[in-house]
Amino acid sequence: MSGATMSAATVIQLSYLIAAALFILGLKRMSSPVTAVSGVRWAGLGMLLATIVTIVFMGATPLDLGLVLGAALVGGGLAWVSGKRVAMTDMPQMIALYNGMGGGAAAAIAAVELYRGETGNATHLTIALIGGFIGSVSFSGSLIAFGKLQGLITKSVRFGGQKLVNLAILVATLAVGATIVAQSQAAAPAVTGFFVLALLLGIAMTLPIGGADMPVVISLYNALTGLAVGFEGFVLDNAAMIIAGTVVGAAGTLLTQLMAKAMNRSLGNVLFANFGETGAATGGLTGTQKPIEASDAGVMLAFSQKVIVVPGYGMAVAQAQHKVWELCQLLIDRGVQLRFAIHPVAGRMPGHMNVLLAEAGVPYELIADLDEVNAEFETADVALIIGANDVVNPDARNNRQSPIYGMPILNADKAKNVIVIKRGQGQGFSGIDNALFVLDQTRMLYGDAQSAANQLIHAVKAAG
Amino acid sequence: MIDGVIALYIFMLAAFTGYEVISRVPVILHTPLMSGSNFVHGIVLVGAMVALATADSTLARVIGSIGVFLAAGNAVGGYVVTERMLRMFVSAGKKQERRP
Repeated sequence: MSGATMSAATVIQLSYLIAAALFILGLKRMSSPVTAVSGVRWAGLGMLLATIVTIVFMGATPLDLGLVLGAALVGGGLAWVSGKRVAMTDMPQMIALYNGMGGGAAAAIAAVELYRGETGNATHLTIALIGGFIGSVSFSGSLIAFGKLQGLITKSVRFGGQKLVNLAILVATLAVGATIVAQSQAAAPAVTGFFVLALLLGIAMTLPIGGADMPVVISLYNALTGLAVGFEGFVLDNAAMIIAGTVVGAAGTLLTQLMAKAMNRSLGNVLFANFGETGAATGGLTGTQKPIEASDAGVMLAFSQKVIVVPGYGMAVAQAQHKVWELCQLLIDRGVQLRFAIHPVAGRMPGHMNVLLAEAGVPYELIADLDEVNAEFETADVALIIGANDVVNPDARNNRQSPIYGMPILNADKAKNVIVIKRGQGQGFSGIDNALFVLDQTRMLYGDAQSAANQLIHAVKAAG
Repeated sequence: MIDGVIALYIFMLAAFTGYEVISRVPVILHTPLMSGSNFVHGIVLVGAMVALATADSTLARVIGSIGVFLAAGNAVGGYVVTERMLRMFVSAGKKQERRP
């Protein structure tokens, strides 16, 4: 090996070392609100460094260099534009989309390595196959998740024996993979079959999962992409990929568990129980929903001492966070003691509501999580529910038959009065009847969250 | 190839690091952090570039180009959305300071 190539390899390795350190420090800084922005910039610096050093020193032919730059510019350019334009409320599906792209890239690396058809050693082949498998599942699964959240796929495909079919696809994929390893020779048709089956599995696994479970699924696929990147890092001898991929794999797994726990469900339950949109097992509710006019609701709010606001996905859909904060500022100026109560899984991702409220400019100290705020509902004059549903359903505490029984909820039903802003009388996202809506102290304010908040602002102002 | 046992050590230490880094995160940062970790695995871009640069057939070049395209989308998109989300937390903090 000549001195020149030695130094190029060394430069690349050193840049990867620095990048890996910056990723870890960046993630660490992202875990506190004060340093969070600098965290992502540190990680971005690491990414930029590793990318530029790789382009300069990897020794590609002009043709290949052109392909690399062209593909990177097109992919990066499209992502830049879409990422800048997307509304805050649509963030979850964009994360799903970009995550799927990462999984697809890991699978593509595996494919390039496997189609080479070299008789590699069994370990090398196995690792490439595992990474390719996980990456493919994450790719097609994330795209389905994106399609569902974006409203491109509205039905959850379910049929009898679905789990058996999925299991059969999984077994077939593993069998093809095992054959490739056993022959220690990656024949092109076998490799193609392997990837087609893995992609199919990602689609088949994700299609039956209901919209309410998508956050957990996206988080899971995020962890899986990390693992796939880590495995392909081993294949390519790339320490930056191994470290970054594994760190994300571990962090993502933990995050997925936290999310599943907040919904009182196990991961297996999310993936295989096909909940989310079924919920048919609830007995009919006794009692009716009682409507209220915005003017009356405004008066009720204006003359309260203590109000707790519970935002949910409905607020996100209606982009109502600014109007809601305007309303709350009016109430605060009138001397109302006001807090926001955030359920861990309100919206479509943990922290989704916090992001939206931060966008509107709500100070942190007004935002409380489940444990902090639950005791306070009993002393609240009004609990104002804005487009939230399952996270305030008392059936989770009281009704053993309910599919969400056991899920920790915000005890909005303990408040003296409950005002629910809701688009219509129907069931929510998960299709489960909500016992809160028919309680004696509950009044329904029908309409989309944006216009309802607007009407309430006028009503509060009119209350003098 | 990175020696087998060394590779396992790297794997183990990185896994513990990931677990530790995220275990003390407040719920309000879960979505940004998921987005941030989504950006970090965008490092797959350097692997995809190397795989494309060492491609030895048209098929490998096509797949490699797709890989670089996807990886660049992951890295750039992941960065843009994470930064946008986190910037809001900063501005919320500043507004809060300005309030009397």
